[in-house]
Amino acid sequence: MIRVVLPPNLRTLARVGKEVEVNVDGQATQQAVLDALEAMYPALRGTIRDSVTKRRRPLLRFFACMEDLSDAPPDAPLPPEVVSGKEPYLIVGAIAGG
Amino acid sequence: MSSVRVLVGTRKGAFVMTSDEARKRWEITGPHFAGWEIYHLKASPVEPDRLYASQSRGWFGQVLQRSDDGGKTWEPTNNEFRYDGDPGTHTWYDGSPHPWEFARVWHLEPSRTEADTVYAGVEDAALFRSTDGGKSWEELSGLRKHESGPNWAPGAGGLCLHTIIEDPSNKDRMYIAISSAGVFRTDDGGSTWRPANKGLHSEYIPDPNAEVGHCVHRIALHPSRPNTLFMQKHWDVMRSDDCAESWQEISGNLPTDFGFVIDVHAHEPETVYVIPIKSDSDHFVPDGKLRVYRSRSGGSEWEPLTNGLPQRDCYVNVLRDAMAVDSLDSCGIYFGTTGGQVYASADAGDSWEPIVRDLPSVLSVEVQTLR
Repeated sequence: MIRVVLPPNLRTLARVGKEVEVNVDGQATQQAVLDALEAMYPALRGTIRDSVTKRRRPLLRFFACMEDLSDAPPDAPLPPEVVSGKEPYLIVGAIAGG
Repeated sequence: MSSVRVLVGTRKGAFVMTSDEARKRWEITGPHFAGWEIYHLKASPVEPDRLYASQSRGWFGQVLQRSDDGGKTWEPTNNEFRYDGDPGTHTWYDGSPHPWEFARVWHLEPSRTEADTVYAGVEDAALFRSTDGGKSWEELSGLRKHESGPNWAPGAGGLCLHTIIEDPSNKDRMYIAISSAGVFRTDDGGSTWRPANKGLHSEYIPDPNAEVGHCVHRIALHPSRPNTLFMQKHWDVMRSDDCAESWQEISGNLPTDFGFVIDVHAHEPETVYVIPIKSDSDHFVPDGKLRVYRSRSGGSEWEPLTNGLPQRDCYVNVLRDAMAVDSLDSCGIYFGTTGGQVYASADAGDSWEPIVRDLPSVLSVEVQTLR
């Protein structure tokens, strides 16, 4: 079970709380987590990654275990602490716009 | 007993306002989608409780919402707007080629006749259609692939397709308007399009006969006179009596002919409303006075409507999709400001009252007459 923390606007959109839990089949990568997240909450499709290119939206960042994973390869394994559920996978909206 | 439902999109959410025929007391719900920009909401004329809302934010992109109970509850629907093929480039502000990139839905236009058909005008400018109530979207790419497309350049708000009008007398004819390309018309249901801007003159275009490149802010049509259209251009208020084949200026005695909104009285096809804005650099009403101007003669002769509107220290703007009319016997007029006020007139503009004064900046106003 992987814990995912969403930014406030996406919590409202998906009608969930701050943190959700997703199951990933196979190796836990960022891509697999986001695929599972969008499958559980279809309202989030296109809001974290571009629907067509699957690229991260420019004003969102991904963090886990004090590391910025935003530009890590989407198919790279997530840290063991995230896979075990000890640490959350954070989707963070950039502080921008004044 | 008839009633009205006003749909308001703002920079920070949507609001639904309902009233009876008197239009004096209002029930307001919202903010729906709090914190998100709601560029536009509109209801299906065929199924009045079906509403669509364009929800977006720079962080999270585009979301499309649909309600089937008049705005009480909402469900996200398909938000994939894929251009047909390789979209290529349009012209950027500096004249260089710029890739065509989807940014947001500016305007939603549910079909007059088909319950499941809805059109979406988007930035970068293109027209999409759904025939399944928003579950999927297909670009009507004949418009964007018009030979002039690579020369289209954005206005200050972006390269946006902001107005969609179905001709009520001809199911194959439709008009759209793009800032800053101009008006285009189709006569074959959206397959092919041609510019419809003869008679428009824009100081910033060197060619006085340019068919595209005009910053059209809004066009409007009365259902009983489908051959007549009214236009608020960047500067100039215009009309056409030949299905947009040609345009004539009707700015007349307006204090300024810059502005965004234009609309037509529900029962008087020659009664037209605009809200003059001081200039394209100031973007607020002139002289600190919020005045709606009404022409009862189809333009050129305009009277200011001020009763109930602030006449000092007012510096708001009224954006292009932020005026609407209801079709009650005594026609109601509605508009919203960038200062967050939504004003209503239940007597065709003679007097005004605010429905609400302190919303986020208003992006769009639509109204439904429910019988």
